[in-house]
Amino acid sequence: MSIWEYANPKKFMALSARALPWAVGLTLVLLVTGLVWGFFFTPDDYKQGSTVKIIYLHVPSAMMAINAWVMMLVTSLIWIVRRHHVSALAAKAAAPVGLTFTLIALVTGALWGQPMWGTWWAWDPRLTSFLILTLFYFGYMALWAAIEDPDTAADLTSILCLVGSVFALLSRYAVLFWNQGLHQGASLSLDKKENVSDVFWLPLVICIAGFVLLFVTMVLLRTRTEIRARRLKALLARERVA
Amino acid sequence: MMPDLGKYAVAVLGSYLATALLIAALVALTLWQSARMKRALSEVEARQGKSDG
Amino acid sequence: MKALLLRDLRLAFRSGGGFGLGLAFFFLLSVLVPLGVGPEGGTLSRIAPGILWVGALLACLLSLDRIFALDHEDGSLDLLATAPIPLEAVVAVKALAHWIVTGLPLTLIAPGLAIFLNLPPAGYPWLVLSLLLGTPALSIIGAFGAALTVGLRRGGLLLSLLVLPLYVPTLIFGGEVVRRGAEHMALATPLALLAAISLGAAALLPFAAASAIRVNLR
Repeated sequence: MSIWEYANPKKFMALSARALPWAVGLTLVLLVTGLVWGFFFTPDDYKQGSTVKIIYLHVPSAMMAINAWVMMLVTSLIWIVRRHHVSALAAKAAAPVGLTFTLIALVTGALWGQPMWGTWWAWDPRLTSFLILTLFYFGYMALWAAIEDPDTAADLTSILCLVGSVFALLSRYAVLFWNQGLHQGASLSLDKKENVSDVFWLPLVICIAGFVLLFVTMVLLRTRTEIRARRLKALLARERVA
Repeated sequence: MMPDLGKYAVAVLGSYLATALLIAALVALTLWQSARMKRALSEVEARQGKSDG
Repeated sequence: MKALLLRDLRLAFRSGGGFGLGLAFFFLLSVLVPLGVGPEGGTLSRIAPGILWVGALLACLLSLDRIFALDHEDGSLDLLATAPIPLEAVVAVKALAHWIVTGLPLTLIAPGLAIFLNLPPAGYPWLVLSLLLGTPALSIIGAFGAALTVGLRRGGLLLSLLVLPLYVPTLIFGGEVVRRGAEHMALATPLALLAAISLGAAALLPFAAASAIRVNLR
């Protein structure tokens, strides 16, 4: 019994059907616990006041925005190497979820930045990288949407994902380089590890776990939908032939 | 019950509200697509099952 | 391969439109920006490096969909794919042809347009050098984007959406070289990185583009 068993759509459907209720339940428990704890039962930061509560949304969504892309990269590679359809469909299913997390990170970041840095938007390296990541998500989804044949679409988006990952990394360093030339933005880059004290740490970890599970749940659900769509297409094609 | 958010209330509540809206939109879209696809698939499966038998 | 290059160049010059369009766009942008920003020299000379690089990038973008689309329509792309030369080489040659008809002329007229934008004199050699080093990367990345969208009927907008984020590092380093050059600052690092992007893209992207074309022709 190897992990590739689940690359079979039928096996995947069976397993995900069993896993889904657990994933939904766990997501709800973790998210509610983490967010309620963070919102109601943590003290204000002495410097940032109550805005520190935004951390429970901002940090987990930013982490998942990047992890979603990494997951798409891995599943794309699996598709290219082993041609498992479920893998390609999971990558397709993950893109809108990743985009949502990216948008959450940007919006909460802007709302946090306004009172703290006095501006909604600064061309800070991290912000800029996330803006570029948003563009990558849009491009990836648009390419999926534009191509009719599903296998061609899977191939081309996988290639785009691979090349895009290299360029996303390049952009990350390019942006770091470019902003250091403009101003020494030490006050802008919050070193989160050093800032977060123990009071905030545990609810933050719970929120991160909650966001991870939210991602898993959504991807499972969306992949199931994609598999059904695939099957529907096959059935309709058969109907037309008959 | 409600913690005192001080002068940053707009930023904090706004963040939570925006996040809730974005996640709700994603979940709603996903559920809607899932339900629609389930319905369409079962329709076609039923039709083909009939024509087969 | 030489024959292919010459053929592509001849086609580009004969059909006119695509060739002149990029240059005209670049020219218009350099004239319109001062009209929009205002004639104040200090402001213009500060933004000149960025405007010139953005202009070159957008002008390059205009003609990207022509790299493979015409050959795909009349079927010669299928012939090229089965020809004895590897498809990777075909991609590289076509990117080179695109560069000769867009990137090279852009590089040559850029100093002339820089006069409109009041670029400080120290920036001129670096402007030419950075465009010379950077525009090949734009062409080859664009060829990759064009290869992805070659089978689509209305691929133009999608192509821009796919290619623009890939252009970000080139744009940043290119603009940075000119800006630093204009302000008499050390610029060896961005220049080296710009060259590295061009060389890396030229070495690796033809393989990605060729595999995309194979998928599209399947």
